[in-house]
Amino acid sequence: METATAAKAPQRGLMSGDEAVALAALDAEVALGTGYPGTPSTEILEAFGALGGRAQWAPNEKVALEVGLGAAFAGARVLVTMKHVGVNVAADPLFTAAYTGVDGALVLVSADDPGMASSQNEQDNRRYASAAGIPMLEPSSSQEAYDFALAAFELSARFHIPVILRVTTRVCHSKSVLLRRASPLPPAAAPHFVRDIRGRVMIPGFARPAHRRLRQKLAEIAEWAETSPLNAVVRGDGRLGIVTSGIAYQHAREAAPGASFLRLGTVFPLPLGLVRSFARSVDRCVVVEEGDPVFAEAIRAAGIPVEAKAERFRFGELSVERVRRILSGDDAPEPPPAKAKPPELCEACPYHPVYGTLKRLDCIVAGDIGCYTLGVMEPYQAMDTCVAMGASVGVGLGLRHVLPEAEARRVVSIIGDSTFIHSGVNGLMEMVYNPPKTGHVLIVLDNGTTAMTGQQEHPGTGRKLDHTATGQVSIEGISRGAGVSHVYVVDPVKDPAGFERLLVERLKANDLAVIVARRPCVLAAADIRHYEKVNAERAAQSAACDACGGGDA
Amino acid sequence: MPDVVNVVFAGLGGQGVIKASDILADAVFRSGFDVKKAEIHGMSQRGGSVTSDVRFGREVFSPMVPAGEADFLVVLAPSEVENNRQVLRAGGVLIPPDLVAEGSLPNRRSLNVALLGALSHHLSIAEEHWRAAIAAALPERLHEVNFKAFEAGRAAARARAAA
Repeated sequence: METATAAKAPQRGLMSGDEAVALAALDAEVALGTGYPGTPSTEILEAFGALGGRAQWAPNEKVALEVGLGAAFAGARVLVTMKHVGVNVAADPLFTAAYTGVDGALVLVSADDPGMASSQNEQDNRRYASAAGIPMLEPSSSQEAYDFALAAFELSARFHIPVILRVTTRVCHSKSVLLRRASPLPPAAAPHFVRDIRGRVMIPGFARPAHRRLRQKLAEIAEWAETSPLNAVVRGDGRLGIVTSGIAYQHAREAAPGASFLRLGTVFPLPLGLVRSFARSVDRCVVVEEGDPVFAEAIRAAGIPVEAKAERFRFGELSVERVRRILSGDDAPEPPPAKAKPPELCEACPYHPVYGTLKRLDCIVAGDIGCYTLGVMEPYQAMDTCVAMGASVGVGLGLRHVLPEAEARRVVSIIGDSTFIHSGVNGLMEMVYNPPKTGHVLIVLDNGTTAMTGQQEHPGTGRKLDHTATGQVSIEGISRGAGVSHVYVVDPVKDPAGFERLLVERLKANDLAVIVARRPCVLAAADIRHYEKVNAERAAQSAACDACGGGDA
Repeated sequence: MPDVVNVVFAGLGGQGVIKASDILADAVFRSGFDVKKAEIHGMSQRGGSVTSDVRFGREVFSPMVPAGEADFLVVLAPSEVENNRQVLRAGGVLIPPDLVAEGSLPNRRSLNVALLGALSHHLSIAEEHWRAAIAAALPERLHEVNFKAFEAGRAAARARAAA
């Protein structure tokens, strides 16, 4: 059924993988898209919202998945998006959602970042599929991102199980030609509640049979995968056969134009029977995969003789050149990457005075993830740790607990507004509950946006994904409510000397302090003013309507 | 034209590198070619180096131009010329930022589109597709200034070829 909004999108166009997933969600009649921004996944929900879909940001990936799960329990079709490391945050509900299964359909997009274009690690989330027992599909182009996302919704609805769509940076951010298709799903039914206590309340007595049900489903899905059109064989000459998936397939097609290919779409469960017959059909069979040797390990464990890449190709992205090397067995050192100017804090970034102070005071800085991580670069080098979203608070506390007093007093935790809401608040509880003897200072760099990923809203901004007004979480309010004795809000640009005096004073004291350094991101400031103006006008208009007393519309 | 034409754009965050590659990809798509475009953004937004690859032809596989196989290298920042020169194949064409004289553009921000004009001198893409792609990528108030920039770049490439 063609809805009014769906008709707006083109039938054929040049689209990124992220846009392709959004369009598939629209065509699959997804009722709710939720997630947390993170490169390279961010644009999916933004595009879904722009197409007219209901898209919203959650405070973090775990909450996003839980909201999605609830909606899917009610029978809705749901899209949940996050970057690879976000799946770590969502892993707790994810593993048990495999047991409960879903009623509507739930597709979780894991956007991996091999080569770490904008991430703190290059973990290979194909491992999550086998660890959690959740089927995973992986596309190699925008067309496949669209087709496989539709197939993922279909698979999820058919087997009542969450499905992971794994994409990588080069699929998310590359544009290629996409042809829109009819959705393979019947029209979505209206959500309604059907009680299923044994199926959704995972106490041990119900979870034990649920685990057996999961394994039974996976066995059926493995059988389905053997003949699924998502796995494609391209016949070349019989000398060289390449088993591959995702963007590596595209590199390999170019690097070995005469070879035969088994392009895997069902990454988990793997169609091992298909792999076995493909390997037999060629003289030499090589697995070409980006990241960890996940396929090579599983295929060899099944007793199928295949060649795997050399260890050096575990690191970074693959490319046509690197696939040529893998195929020719060339394990010689590779040429260094092109020189490039590293990113830096914007010239007018409000964090400059903060980092100037941290450097002058020779603070030991437990840092976090966002634009402000760039404070580690010259001229400041004012960051000593950066590990995971929200980790600044806990790491700072740990340092304070064990360092000699003179050093402990120099420790500061520094975190952005979106990251604070994401998972810094958990560290805040720890700070109040297990305070170091020397106290602690947490600086929240509040620039009013999720800046690094492209200025997304979050619960602290008081605006939704589409920038309309909603409830606003107060960072200083949370801090006071949690029991932090000294909470300050300062503008580091207007009064840099005052900020420095305050920090010096708080480092000397034995109390707990939160300093909210509030000043809008220079890139976002004009947009924020615009959103505020539009929202104020809307509020005034709505108040006028209420005053008129026209009754409920 | 060869089977696949490889173009690499390079510059710094904020210069319109990705916008330029979007316009080229759209123009060749409108001309009926298969096309793929790759870029890295994220951290690169913060003033760092940005590159974007566009590949088009009958059928394109990898979205990334292999090193030493670019037919054209379009560079928006002088500092990025040497950093990226190795992507060009032997005989490949460099389109440097100083190809278009500073004074010949009504607005220096349209350098990206001017350099596309210079690139257009080397490609057989119909004028209408270029104009449509520029118009689709930019708000209406910027159309005229960018059409002019495109023409200025094209003239500069023509003049260089004649010299």
